[in-house]
Amino acid sequence: MTRTDVILRKFALAAVTIAVVVLLNFILFRVLPGDPVRAVIGRGVRISAETQAALRVQFGLDKPVFPDQFIDTLGQWAQGNLGVSWSQRRPVAEVLVAKLGNTLLLITAGQLLSIILGVGLGLLAGWRRKTALDVGALTFSLITWATPTFWLGIILLVAGSAWLGLPTAGSRDPGNVGKPMLEVLPDIAEHLILPTLTFTLVYLGQYMLIMRSSVLEVLSEDYILTAKAKGLTVWQTLTRHALKNALLPVVTLIALNLGFTVAGAIYIETVFSYDGLGRLFQEALNRQDYPLLQGAFLLLAVAVVGSNLLADLIYAYLDPRVKTT
Amino acid sequence: MSLRTPLLRVRDLTVEFKLESGPPARALESVSFDVYPGETLGLVGESGCGKSTTLMALMRLLPVAGRIATGQAWFEGEAGLHDLFALSDAEMRRVRWREIAIAFQSAMNALNPVETVGDQIREAIQLHEAVDRATSDKRVAALFDLVGIARSRINDYPHQFSGGMRQRAMIAMALACKPKLLFADEPTTALDVMVQAQVLDLLKRVQRELGLGVVLVTHDLGVVAETCDRVIVLYGGRIAEAGTTDSVFNRAQHPYTQRLLEAFPDVALSSERLVSIPGAPPRLNALTPGCRFAPRCHKVFEPCRSEVPAFWSVPGSDPEHLAACHLLDPRSEGR
Amino acid sequence: MRQLGTFWRAFRRNGTGMLGLFLLVVSVVLAVGAPWLSPHGPTETMRDPVSNRVLLFAPPNVHGPLGTDDAGRDIWTLLTYGARISLSIGFLAGVLSIAVGSTVGIVAGYFGGWVDNALMRVTDVLLVIPDIPLILILIAAFRQLDLGVSPLVLLVMVIGLLYWSSTARLIRAQVLSLKERQFVQRALAVGAGHWHIINRHILPQVMPLIVANTVLVMSTAILVESGLSFLGLGDTTQPSWGTMINFAFSRNAVSNGAWWYYLPPGLAIVWVTLGCTLVGNVLEEMLNPRLTRHHLEGEAELPRQAGRGTAPTELLAALTGRSRNGDDSGDKR
Repeated sequence: MTRTDVILRKFALAAVTIAVVVLLNFILFRVLPGDPVRAVIGRGVRISAETQAALRVQFGLDKPVFPDQFIDTLGQWAQGNLGVSWSQRRPVAEVLVAKLGNTLLLITAGQLLSIILGVGLGLLAGWRRKTALDVGALTFSLITWATPTFWLGIILLVAGSAWLGLPTAGSRDPGNVGKPMLEVLPDIAEHLILPTLTFTLVYLGQYMLIMRSSVLEVLSEDYILTAKAKGLTVWQTLTRHALKNALLPVVTLIALNLGFTVAGAIYIETVFSYDGLGRLFQEALNRQDYPLLQGAFLLLAVAVVGSNLLADLIYAYLDPRVKTT
Repeated sequence: MSLRTPLLRVRDLTVEFKLESGPPARALESVSFDVYPGETLGLVGESGCGKSTTLMALMRLLPVAGRIATGQAWFEGEAGLHDLFALSDAEMRRVRWREIAIAFQSAMNALNPVETVGDQIREAIQLHEAVDRATSDKRVAALFDLVGIARSRINDYPHQFSGGMRQRAMIAMALACKPKLLFADEPTTALDVMVQAQVLDLLKRVQRELGLGVVLVTHDLGVVAETCDRVIVLYGGRIAEAGTTDSVFNRAQHPYTQRLLEAFPDVALSSERLVSIPGAPPRLNALTPGCRFAPRCHKVFEPCRSEVPAFWSVPGSDPEHLAACHLLDPRSEGR
Repeated sequence: MRQLGTFWRAFRRNGTGMLGLFLLVVSVVLAVGAPWLSPHGPTETMRDPVSNRVLLFAPPNVHGPLGTDDAGRDIWTLLTYGARISLSIGFLAGVLSIAVGSTVGIVAGYFGGWVDNALMRVTDVLLVIPDIPLILILIAAFRQLDLGVSPLVLLVMVIGLLYWSSTARLIRAQVLSLKERQFVQRALAVGAGHWHIINRHILPQVMPLIVANTVLVMSTAILVESGLSFLGLGDTTQPSWGTMINFAFSRNAVSNGAWWYYLPPGLAIVWVTLGCTLVGNVLEEMLNPRLTRHHLEGEAELPRQAGRGTAPTELLAALTGRSRNGDDSGDKR
């Protein structure tokens, strides 16, 4: 099929997924709960009957759920109005944006490291199959996969603070909150070390396995034999013929893993009290702050769907077998 | 026959493959033959008879489970006469493609799917010769012309080529460094008849123009009849019969060759029954003593099951026509 | 039955597989034998025999084998009882996930066409949405409904109904290749019904793969459950290992240096998950054996006397050393 076809299909899938997410969000928080006013306003807030009625009208809760309320809500979300967090008494969108940066920093650092190290290790392990390197890498991956992320975080937290004196909580020292990033860069970096290390360790093994598997498949292909027959050295064959072919499916698989990465962020941020979206999500859950929960979920899901789509598009351009029209 | 010196002299080649458990499989046993420049030698036999293994062993491309137990491969290269099996890895890499090249089956994934065909041929050239980009581009274009593919396809990817075009591209790539010897591994398998004819014509033409020696591996006797000057029939890893194509096809002595020729359907005589050879090829890790073909031979007699037959000249045929069959032994009673 | 025997013998030869099995068996024994493996009950408070004070955060050398928690409960007991919760949830959620995944896989693979398409799109969508956030909001919403369902049941349902995608894909691929084989075509030609074919022909062939996959899915279920319990979604009255770590973390075991509280449950999770993964991997390897070698794994051995000896000048002499023909056919070059 042509590249345009593939791209259109990917966009369609992304659109459908976001539609499902939006619908889910709406149903879970507007339809399911017993009292929709409570869902919007929150529990533990005492309001009089008149105020309730007024609020009902103001929020459009007197209108039928489908399609009126749904369309209204969609409209609001599209404009970036995600409601008001009642535990923080601020618009949800504002809260999310404030924490977004920290999480992006953590995820980017962690993912970059695990991808680079994992892919590199996977290449070596697949090539040097059944050697000590390969067996070691496989054992490492096996053990890290079996280790719960949050528990690994706790271990590293204890070890890191006891042996290296690294900070155990927050994304920066309390005195540095509110200052511009560039000014307090060393502090931010220090606070990032342990969470990033946890992140890297957790996903390094998975990416290693993915790449190794891909390398093994590629190295069994006939064109590798052709390359050897042409007189290329093993290293030349590996880098000129095997690498690109092995990397292609890895791109898609890593992208697919993005959703699980978000889970990791939630656990790691909770353990390290790191001030990001993950921890926000967990707190919103505990405090039953539904607008915040809803908004955070929407943001996370859309982000993951978006990154997946981006990765798919990159793949479509990289693989010449996806034909141009 | 001819006063030319052979390009390649293979002597007593024996190849084994280590298996998961048990004794190794003997894929080739004591195979010897010569290849002359300007001539096509056919290696023919059923699947698993060792014909492709021969090519792989000579190029030293056998998998790590393989083992060349004995053998010498004297190649008349640029640097003189050398045993291919005695060369160092670096020396062998220089010989590969430059002096001996191989064209794999087109049905295989033998071309890198994410590189253009032109780039892959260019790589072969630039690996062995110090030429600039412009020169190698010209050479690639000339090669495409030689094999009959439009120049506009140089920057296309392998999946954009048809099976026949891919085979021709493989041949073009094999000829990129003007080798002396070309190995063609099943060049017409998986191609339809019209395209087969094109590829075979190409091989013949190329051989004429470049004076190459060609070893052509196939299971198709028709291909052998059309393109090969001499032929070797392999069975169970051993040579059953060898000689000029004319001799072997018209005066086949080995029962296996005879059966092969009978089994080859003649389109004109449609009323003939299709003959097949009963039984199955030998298990290479559990070989019985004596002649490999004995269990399936329709002319088997007493010595066949205990003694490995020697090569006997076929009387009344060309002097190089040999068959490994006890029936040719004048001391034996059978016939 | 005989097949199982041969299968077991083959499995027994595999060291990693047996190690995994050992890990699993120990965990199950721990869980089943909880009441007998410890002299205390899970809610008993341990007291110092002399002063009768409650032993809070007592290290293992004071109260063994694993010390006490912040309320004086014996951690070893908590661990063994926790095994029951963690393993049951993992098992039940795993079985549910496999059941859903296999059904989807078989239906999609067998019927093909738009059914296959639709089901695969559903799996695609499900795979992209981030799993933990989805579970969290689902559980948050369900809690709102106040259905009176035990949080553990909720966990089983949610995990089981969300992680079936990879199983579905795997089974579908297998069914697709089975469908091409002769016996399905023949059965259809004879007029057998779909249900019959699936039951008699497809299911038995697919079953080994399902079993191999079950163990792997269970390991995922155990990990996910531990994570969710750590976030507080488990049942505090019946703590699983994840909930234990939640307690340890939120009740300051970390800052108090009470490593005996947070280390053992985590190690236990690793223990069990490792066991499941090892067994599952070995089972899958036995069913779909991997390719042996790739092209860059080394070179074939060369003959030892290579290069020695002179170049032969005559093919005939070499081949026909024992030629018995009287004529001088050997020299007609």
